[in-house]
Amino acid sequence: MLCIDEASLVAIKEHGQRSYPEECCGILLGKVFDDGTRNLTELHPLENRQTESRQNRFLIEARDMLRAEKHAREKGVDILGFYHSHPDHEARPSQFDREHAWPWYYYIIVSISQGIPGSLTCWELDEDRSRFHAVEVGLSTSAACIKSEEKSHA
Amino acid sequence: MPKRVLIPTPLRQYAGKSESLQLEGKTIGELLRNLTSQYGDLKKHLFNEEGKLRSFVNVYLNDEDIRYLQKEDTPLKDGDTVSIVPSIAGGAVSSALQQAVELSNDEIKRYSRHLIMPEVGMDGQKKLKAASVLLIGAGGLGSPAAMYLAAAGIGFMGIVDFDVVDFSNLQRQILHGTNAVGQPKLASARHRILDINPNVEVMLYETRLTSENALGLFRDYDFVVDGTDNFPTRYLVNDACVLSGKPNVYASIFRFEGQASVFATKNGPCYRCLYPEPPPPGLVPSCAEGGVLGVLPGIIGTIQATETIKLILGVGEPLIGRLLLLDALQMRFRELKLRKNPECPACGTRQITTLIDYEQFCGVQQAQESSPGSEWEITPLELKQRLDRGDKLFILDVREPHEYQICRLEGSHLIPLGEIPQRVAELNSADEIIVHCKMGGRSAKAVDFLRQAGFKKLKNLKGGIDLWAQTVDPSVPRY
Repeated sequence: MLCIDEASLVAIKEHGQRSYPEECCGILLGKVFDDGTRNLTELHPLENRQTESRQNRFLIEARDMLRAEKHAREKGVDILGFYHSHPDHEARPSQFDREHAWPWYYYIIVSISQGIPGSLTCWELDEDRSRFHAVEVGLSTSAACIKSEEKSHA
Repeated sequence: MPKRVLIPTPLRQYAGKSESLQLEGKTIGELLRNLTSQYGDLKKHLFNEEGKLRSFVNVYLNDEDIRYLQKEDTPLKDGDTVSIVPSIAGGAVSSALQQAVELSNDEIKRYSRHLIMPEVGMDGQKKLKAASVLLIGAGGLGSPAAMYLAAAGIGFMGIVDFDVVDFSNLQRQILHGTNAVGQPKLASARHRILDINPNVEVMLYETRLTSENALGLFRDYDFVVDGTDNFPTRYLVNDACVLSGKPNVYASIFRFEGQASVFATKNGPCYRCLYPEPPPPGLVPSCAEGGVLGVLPGIIGTIQATETIKLILGVGEPLIGRLLLLDALQMRFRELKLRKNPECPACGTRQITTLIDYEQFCGVQQAQESSPGSEWEITPLELKQRLDRGDKLFILDVREPHEYQICRLEGSHLIPLGEIPQRVAELNSADEIIVHCKMGGRSAKAVDFLRQAGFKKLKNLKGGIDLWAQTVDPSVPRY
């Protein structure tokens, strides 16, 4: 499960809306609780480094990752995953997403249809890379998220 | 002096859960070799088959990409930090689906008979190419459905099946040929589909559909085509479709009869509106028990393909709220009106919010538990040993006469299960009776009945004549 606050959800959707008809992307930072639940604490919106086909491709380059990794180490958080938008396309991972995905990371996809943000989903690549499975997204104020956090501190 | 290597989060699970490691190496190449010899699982994530660094794996020395230094020959000095850094890419559409916006000249030629129809045209054909359909089962119904959907130009097709092709499948499951016997159904399905239309992106899921995986599998698809042959999976498909809001293109077949409908659309009824409760286990025989005309799934499966295509194109009148019935012996189609049941726990009151244990719901487990214990059973091998010893046994075959014509055990007496109550006087309770059928199910019922009628020296042949053919006498044909 990914716990996320309302403001970050809005920020991801707005980033998708601003970038439309191109894809937006960004990094999710936060903590992994003891029970495996991940709690988002920071968003790093990025510039889409893809030079062509930006309406259906995104790229986060190593130099952005390096910067984010350094930042994460300093703040004692982890890179939990990434978000990107699918302009005029459903919020489900494509074959291209799967071919290029890394294990463990969470991938948030927000669908932007005709410039309006639609559904937001979260995915994780299966261990054998055969497919993505959906990850539940919960508000950090929800009972499940608060419980995971409390357990983690206990 | 060891150098510090920083491991990104997704790879830490393969590197002893460490964020950073201390390793020796005079160059980057040597350091990475030391790393992968220490943590073998890392190798396949960092290097491709040719031993080259994967394209989405970047190696940085301090703040510099080694590609702009001397690559893997980059020398290292004390105090250096080496970082393994992922770069992340993705995008809305796959390379194949990306072309969905435009059809290639080859595709225009391929689909020309569609393109000149006003109901399809370029727009419709692009809709088909952008559509995704998940087929549950690559058997009798799944075969024609998959083949016609592929030929029609569906862009993205998933198939869930965990079965292996058997000779008894070939009479109707036209995805699979004689050469495929013994192979996974998914392998021959994929081969056949891509031969029909290489533009289809085929996803294979070699798994049983379960309450745990169904919602995850359905999420990636627009439509679900139910080609299953049992009640637990049918209820599971229905409930998962209702919960995930995916239309369920349903069908079932038996002997000369078939039915089809479209369930779980936004305002239409679902399978539970039609059948709120499953039938008691054993009441409705499956195709394996009762047989099916080989052509029948061909007719009904193509109806499923037709309905799926209509739903994608948004044309015509789909089978929503209608149950189509076919009696192929009379060659008559009939239609029943179905209404959405406001009390339906799935699509009406929405009491069902998660997927349940469908085996239990359909009473399959209780049926298994209530079968007589092992003291009432004999395996084919044990039976063979006793016959060879010369033990005097009365072998009772409870199959149908037309099955008796296919194969029989030597010296067996035929009384079909349905006639046992009237013909029980033909049996002598002093004899030791071995009861058998094809697979062991009907004979278990006969044993139950005879036990209650006072017979004590009874044994059910485990696995029926089918297991006998497999383990004792390979000259007996299996059907």
